[in-house]
Amino acid sequence: MEITATRRTMKSGGNGQAPHRATDSFTIVLFLLPAFVLFTLFVVYPILRSVYFSQFNWNGLGPAVKYVGLDNFKRILTDKIFMTAMKNGLLIVVLSLTLQLPLSLALAIMVGRDLPGRVFFRTVFFMPYVLSEVITGIIWLGLFNAAPERGFINALLVLVGIQPQTFLGNIHQVLACIFAVLTWKYFGLHMLLFMAGLQGIPKELEEAARIDGANGWQVITHVTIPLLASTIRTSVYLSVVGALTQFNLVWIMTRGGPVNASEVMATYMYRYGFVRLWLGYGSAVALVMLVICLIFSIVYLRLVRQPDYLGSY
Amino acid sequence: MTPISPSYHRRATMRKALPRALQYLVLSIFTLIVIVPIVILVFGALKTRGEMYSLPYTIPNPPHWENFGKILSQPTFWTMLRNSIVVMLGTTSGVLVICSMAAFVFARLNFRGKNLAFNFLTLGLMFPITVAIMPVFLVIRQMQLTNTHLAVILVQTAFQLSGNIMILHGFFQAIPAELQDASYIDGCTAFGFFWRILLPLARPALSAVGALTMIASWNDLLTPLVLIDVDKLWTLPLGTMQFQGQYGQDLALVAAFVTLSAIPTLIFYLFAERQIVSGLTAGALKG
Repeated sequence: MEITATRRTMKSGGNGQAPHRATDSFTIVLFLLPAFVLFTLFVVYPILRSVYFSQFNWNGLGPAVKYVGLDNFKRILTDKIFMTAMKNGLLIVVLSLTLQLPLSLALAIMVGRDLPGRVFFRTVFFMPYVLSEVITGIIWLGLFNAAPERGFINALLVLVGIQPQTFLGNIHQVLACIFAVLTWKYFGLHMLLFMAGLQGIPKELEEAARIDGANGWQVITHVTIPLLASTIRTSVYLSVVGALTQFNLVWIMTRGGPVNASEVMATYMYRYGFVRLWLGYGSAVALVMLVICLIFSIVYLRLVRQPDYLGSY
Repeated sequence: MTPISPSYHRRATMRKALPRALQYLVLSIFTLIVIVPIVILVFGALKTRGEMYSLPYTIPNPPHWENFGKILSQPTFWTMLRNSIVVMLGTTSGVLVICSMAAFVFARLNFRGKNLAFNFLTLGLMFPITVAIMPVFLVIRQMQLTNTHLAVILVQTAFQLSGNIMILHGFFQAIPAELQDASYIDGCTAFGFFWRILLPLARPALSAVGALTMIASWNDLLTPLVLIDVDKLWTLPLGTMQFQGQYGQDLALVAAFVTLSAIPTLIFYLFAERQIVSGLTAGALKG
């Protein structure tokens, strides 16, 4: 007892934090250095540097000398194609929040805590998440093929007597197709998060609500979903940032086409920055995307309590 | 423990029978939606080019392994596989070492400006690499590191730092303070505590972070796409995309290539599912 008491007083007030010692300073510097160097050199410095490059008309050969001020930004914000890209990005965000997340939530509730076979369903539904976007994109490129003898979905349509569709080649269908693939790939991730969230809700709460006369729907809307709030917040965040910065699937399946119908901000940036090598303009596009992401992040994190994990997805 | 009358249970069971059948129906439909595309891919890989047109969706009968043979007998696939492994191992070991050191300092030691430093290093949570790839390319070019695996490893590691420091920070904080105090009384230094006590205890957390990083690095397309244009250095995702562009007409061959590049991921997933799931959920649930 006494030892405990002494040890408590030894501590400099933090919970579980060690008292500061001379050797610790050395450890602190040594241990933080690699993270700081890497993060500064390859994340922070490039972004700051791009603020400079974004004010040049620069094709990448030789140094950037043709200063154009804010012209690149003016041009981006008045470019119809960039506006289409933003609109498409927002549409994917809206669809993700209104269709993909509710679907994942419904499936998670359906599998629940103790449905026999829940681990099997989780394993299957999460599988597309671990496949690369390249593999996913190529698989669906095949499935959406316009010819019924090459595209499985058209084969199914023909089977039930519907005309085959051009899907990825159709400016009115292409975005819906891409959204379907995004959902196929990512609903398992959100479902997994929701399932884990459900594990954290005591079963007794839902049972108590039932005994008090709530029906199944009321239990879900008044007990389960409010208690899942923090998981839902994380899911919403991941969805929005993921949708705003989507590149791989769109690039592999359509390159942003046909006639820019599936253009998103990242494919626009890639086309100008890397394909045409307009490095100054590309840097400006990247900055616009970054600012959009930061504004969303900051506003969102202000509005809701900060989720702990927003990392790689 | 909660007193629930037996009749409640009986009623509940009866009320559950029908919805349960419906539940399984819906879940089975989604199982099919997930599985069928993958099955069609594998079926295609086992067919000849001619069968791909005449019988595109049937079970391959008999299965033709020639497509796999054609790909595996060329050095291309093996080179890409090796490149992917090099990059993945580099990034994963970098992330594990750097993030565990930084997370340890943040979770276990005190110093002035700690919050500021932590907020700085976790800034990366607010945007993915896509929005920074253009400037990153320019800096790598300036350092004359384009067309090296080192560049891919450094960039992937740098962008994995924020999320993984956050995850490990949470795990490290959960280890009881008494262990640290006791180790200090026994004469351990901060480094000794980190090395002998914290790391062994945090093994599940480290394997979760490791598994997530391996997948992220293995599947990454954008970083190698932008930083590498020598085909000998291509990783699997990049190589698969180029292969599809080049042999797009031979659907069976493309299917075989895609199947082969999916196999390592799927095997890894089946073995490391627990680590992946715990890594992803550990972060999400503390919100």
